[in-house]
Amino acid sequence: MTAVAAHGHGPTVVTDGLRKVFGDLVAVEHLDLTINRGEVFGLLGPNGSGKTTTIRMLCGLMAPTTGRATVVGFDVATEAERVRTRIGYMSQRYGLYDDLTAYENMRFYATVYGLHGRVRDERLEQHMLDLGLTERRHQLAGTLSGGWKQRLALGCATSHQPEMLFLDEPTAGVDPAARRDFWASIYALAARGTTILVTTHYMDEAERCQRLAFLSRGKLIGLGTVDEITSQFGQPTIEDVFIALQRKDEGVHA
Amino acid sequence: MSDDSMSLRQRLRHARFWPMLWKEFIQIRRDRLTLGMILVLPAAQLMLFGYAIQTDVRHLPTVVLDESRTSESRALVTTLMNSGAFDAAGTVPDRSAARRAIDEGTASAALVIPPEYAREIAAGRTATVQMLVDAADPQTAGAAISGAQLGAQARATQIIAQRVPLANPLEMRVRPLYNPAQRSAVFIVPGVIGVLLTITLTLITATAIVRERERGTLEQLIVTPIGKTSLMLGKLVPFVIVGYVQMTVVLTMGWVVFRVPMAGSLALLYLLTIPFIVASLGVGLLISTVARSQAQAMQLSFFFMLPNILLSGYIFPRMAMPVPAQLVGLALPLTYYLKILRGVMLKGTGLAELWRPTGSMFVLALLLFTISVRRFHKTIE
Repeated sequence: MTAVAAHGHGPTVVTDGLRKVFGDLVAVEHLDLTINRGEVFGLLGPNGSGKTTTIRMLCGLMAPTTGRATVVGFDVATEAERVRTRIGYMSQRYGLYDDLTAYENMRFYATVYGLHGRVRDERLEQHMLDLGLTERRHQLAGTLSGGWKQRLALGCATSHQPEMLFLDEPTAGVDPAARRDFWASIYALAARGTTILVTTHYMDEAERCQRLAFLSRGKLIGLGTVDEITSQFGQPTIEDVFIALQRKDEGVHA
Repeated sequence: MSDDSMSLRQRLRHARFWPMLWKEFIQIRRDRLTLGMILVLPAAQLMLFGYAIQTDVRHLPTVVLDESRTSESRALVTTLMNSGAFDAAGTVPDRSAARRAIDEGTASAALVIPPEYAREIAAGRTATVQMLVDAADPQTAGAAISGAQLGAQARATQIIAQRVPLANPLEMRVRPLYNPAQRSAVFIVPGVIGVLLTITLTLITATAIVRERERGTLEQLIVTPIGKTSLMLGKLVPFVIVGYVQMTVVLTMGWVVFRVPMAGSLALLYLLTIPFIVASLGVGLLISTVARSQAQAMQLSFFFMLPNILLSGYIFPRMAMPVPAQLVGLALPLTYYLKILRGVMLKGTGLAELWRPTGSMFVLALLLFTISVRRFHKTIE
């Protein structure tokens, strides 16, 4: 799409020794990552492994303690304003206004992202149609079911056609059918050139990602395709890798 | 869509502050509790404080024990009742009945005229009359005591004048300025504006911001290109508008219902309200950065309201307060705003007379707002 074509080539996300410390706790330890354009990239790991902290630093919600990261070609610390217009972010909590209708939520975020007048209205119509939200447009967001909320949140995060989309555990608490629909939308976005970074707990979702990064206690311990990671750890499936890692973590704690 | 190629007008029209404002007004309209507070609060406060607070205690129910039963004693009763301080609440047969009436609370005062009253006066001696007063409430007692003394003096003057046809050698003429009828409502209603604005701008603003944090929408907004200033202004400006609407409602109702005058310039009053609004918003913003939940924001706001109501001079005169209380009052924006409200509305004073409270309020506003904006910016980083 136009927004994607507007900016240069090269990877969409590059982190270089990214580190975040909260007091005594090292949340993210020296993270080096590269995510390519149009890639669906999964960030995996048990609770407290640093997934959300990483995503928050990349979105500019949190400043790294040391190290740097560029997103869509701009430094997240020094060029946050430029990054913000080009990314979309969907949090675990969705960030919807319960007392606004589905359409009002979409219109609000689209306008905040700088869309106005007819361009905005036409794009929103199309966007709602694509996401199947048209018939729910006048329903208050607070009264939507989990699956619809999730879809609306995705709509709010993408009406400005971001080059990069961050999804922080987007399908937590959503039924399987809604999750399948959601992933269809994700692939459609990726097919148009949007780069996607998603954190997840669900192993079937992890297996839908083109590449994965495994985080454990703030450290990157595995990186590659599903096959590469399973063979690296000598486990039959991603789920087995996950369980093995979690056991190891718990062993360290105890 | 580069920002550099846009004209100023375009930039203004496309400012990210407008969608915030639009969203905020939809939310206010749909939130029944907030809407109720905004619409009902001014009327309720006005009626409550306008009618209920009567610092001028009058018409104390008084029982009479007239053991003299003469025209002389009846003249004294009439003089006292006509003063307005007392209202006849019946007669009692003896002293114990008089005492009982006060014990039971059916009367606040009891007038006891002894049997020899008329005889003493006729003989040219000093007659003694007793007034029993319920002094549990000092304000009531004060009114009763001064009412009794004034009434007795008035009657004494009449009696002297009957005996010696001489002109009164001294007469004190007191002229009450600004509120000649000395109605409490005239004093209280301007203050209601200040108290209402404080509630709206601190409590409602703080909870509105905390709600965004609680629901995760604040985080969502920070990720967008909205910018801290637009975000903050979008959150604050709606309540400034709401505050001005409330102020107008109270001014109109105060004028219609309580006949509260508007002696000075209405435009000046609206203008001098700006620093007060800025100061109060500062407090609201500050509370929003401290409170972790809407309930906490509400508690903190009420905690802030209490000294405002008690120490600002809203109801109780500041001169009568001990020094520490007066000093606390000096830190409250409402203290200065009340002087401005009463000055403009009741005395018709202008900026020339009001520069002192205006200046203090300005400094306070600047201080509070700067601190809270800094803190707010820190919390959203």
